[in-house]
Amino acid sequence: MSNFRIALAGNPNTGKSTLFNLLTGLRQHTGNWPGKTVIHAEGALDYKEKHYTLIDLPGTYSLYSNSADEEVARDHIIFERPDVTIVVLDATALERNMNLALQVLEMTSQVIVCINLIDEAKKKGIEINERKLARKLGVPVVKISARNKTGINELLETLDQMADGKIATNPIQVTYSNDIEEKIAQLEPLVQRAVGDAFPARWVALRLLDGDKSFLNALKKRQNGVQKEVAVHGYSACH
Amino acid sequence: MDTQHATSIEQLFGYSQTLTDQDVREEIVSSIYQTTHSICKDVVHYSNKEKLQRSEKLDKILTSPIWGFPIMLAMLAVVIYLTIAGANIPSDAIANFFNWIEGYLTAGFKAIHAPEWLYGILVLGFYRGTAWVVSVMLPPMAIFFPVFALLENFGYLPRVAFNMDRLFKKSGAHGKQSLTMAMGFGCNAAAIMSTRIIESPRERMLAILTNNFVPCNGRWPTLILLSSLFMAASFTGGMKTFITALVVVLMVVFGIIVTLTVSWVLSKTALKGIPTHYTLELPPYRKPKIINTIVRATLDKSLYVLKRAVIVAAPAGVLTWVLANLYIGDTSILMYVVHFLDPFAKAIGLDGFILMAFILGLPANEVVLPTLLMGYLATGALTEVDNMSELSHIFTSHGWTWLTALNMMLFSLLHYPCGTTLINIYKETKSVKWTFVAFILPTSLAIIVTFLVNQIVRGLGLV
Repeated sequence: MSNFRIALAGNPNTGKSTLFNLLTGLRQHTGNWPGKTVIHAEGALDYKEKHYTLIDLPGTYSLYSNSADEEVARDHIIFERPDVTIVVLDATALERNMNLALQVLEMTSQVIVCINLIDEAKKKGIEINERKLARKLGVPVVKISARNKTGINELLETLDQMADGKIATNPIQVTYSNDIEEKIAQLEPLVQRAVGDAFPARWVALRLLDGDKSFLNALKKRQNGVQKEVAVHGYSACH
Repeated sequence: MDTQHATSIEQLFGYSQTLTDQDVREEIVSSIYQTTHSICKDVVHYSNKEKLQRSEKLDKILTSPIWGFPIMLAMLAVVIYLTIAGANIPSDAIANFFNWIEGYLTAGFKAIHAPEWLYGILVLGFYRGTAWVVSVMLPPMAIFFPVFALLENFGYLPRVAFNMDRLFKKSGAHGKQSLTMAMGFGCNAAAIMSTRIIESPRERMLAILTNNFVPCNGRWPTLILLSSLFMAASFTGGMKTFITALVVVLMVVFGIIVTLTVSWVLSKTALKGIPTHYTLELPPYRKPKIINTIVRATLDKSLYVLKRAVIVAAPAGVLTWVLANLYIGDTSILMYVVHFLDPFAKAIGLDGFILMAFILGLPANEVVLPTLLMGYLATGALTEVDNMSELSHIFTSHGWTWLTALNMMLFSLLHYPCGTTLINIYKETKSVKWTFVAFILPTSLAIIVTFLVNQIVRGLGLV
């Protein structure tokens, strides 16, 4: 059975942990307030001959490394490179939640956008056109209610197809001001030369322009780590 | 080759810094906001605007400058009132049940001619200790946790944080500390982890060092039980329950005042600085899944705390029994320890047994009260306990007054964090020094406060 790593990202208090518990059968503490999950939890799920490892990332409003939990979420998506990232959004506050989805889409194209609390939204008279949204974002969008267990099958089905590589995505790219876009264009080839294809060059260029020291340090740490590993391998090869 | 990578990305970082000025972050964020706005405009449709405002109307009341605090305190009082009123009856019933079992156990041990020391360790130490934990702690928890969880799932806790926010900023701490403090009401060890949501290391340290001043799951039962046994002794019926609840609420308020004061002092001295700005977001109210929440809270939380208590209480029970029954000369080791601690403990209004229970209770606050009872029982003052009024008798026969109870409640509220919390503080701060501060600061405070209370009350001749 093939193994896939799935990350769950989303704002705090969107029912991410509820979905995680539902999918994995684990019992992480859930509650209606921000900051519940600060370290990530791992669980497993089997669906249609595939084995999935689910990682529940800390809920964050952005991935600009303002705090330790944002760093945890960012590092996971960039360095661990999950096979699929599910971004969980709160249907009752879609606009505010969407900012994080756009940031994730700048980092990886293997994304499923999962709109949770759809029951809640319906009660409040909020209607979301998920097909239109999927076209705009360039990735699949699934509406669910983790509490009422609706839409879960569709989510798993989408996951299954994305894991098989049957879904072609074309994630939306945020267009920045001309000034920034010019600088990105200038930096992108340099980034590619410096770090190779392992990381999305446009995103790294943006981080550099933003002066994101925390990301730079994380990247250097990774590279040193890789170096050490290489050295150890070299030693055993000589033996 | 890899070294080359590292330097070149670093050079690239330096280079890109020369390209930009300060405003890049703002421009990036505003472009993202514009994009989301234009996406959502086309995709989301609102058919009932009025319903959306309901949450705002509720917030106007619950977080209003005038009503916010009274409502908060009233809610806390109601939760604790329900807990105390409801817990009395089951406690007796459970105690009776365990007693009934103990009769059979005793008969069983006699029947197989088990040696006296084995009977002592297993039944008088292990079993009785465990039985006490369960019958004293389970009923209040089975009421308190579900009610608390309902409020939590409804979305009230962020409003509490919102109300507290201003006070924390004034004391030089981060507004989010109100959230980590709210989490501390459940478990300080978990709350220490949750301080990760605070960006600035200075403000995070403030939150870590002061988190202990709100009572956690392990300490609620001690506060509630002592309050109901001693603080409202001269009242009866509903009034008694009300006074009991009031005293516990005052304890919590006192804990919050200490939190704010200590934060303020630290932010003026060891952890100087001005609070960073942030916006606290209020999540929507949600109707909790009532049955689900109650079942989960009872099963998960109550059983979790109980399991923790029993796991630590069982060895503590055995240890207490052994210490009480190993003699050097004609005095048991337990009594040596108690006598040794007694003069100091008396000065702060406690006694040697209570202080010993707090020391043995370092791994988990849950076991302080059971260990204390075992200590008292092991000295042979009373051999069997079958209801809650006799529980009060155990204390008074060891010279307890309401002042002893008050000082034990204060010490429990203010003293060092439990072992798990200390380990988490070390993990989060990676500093022996700060972990030690997190231990010594509350402990000194607990000693000073109880000492003053004891001396003042005695000096005024109130006891």
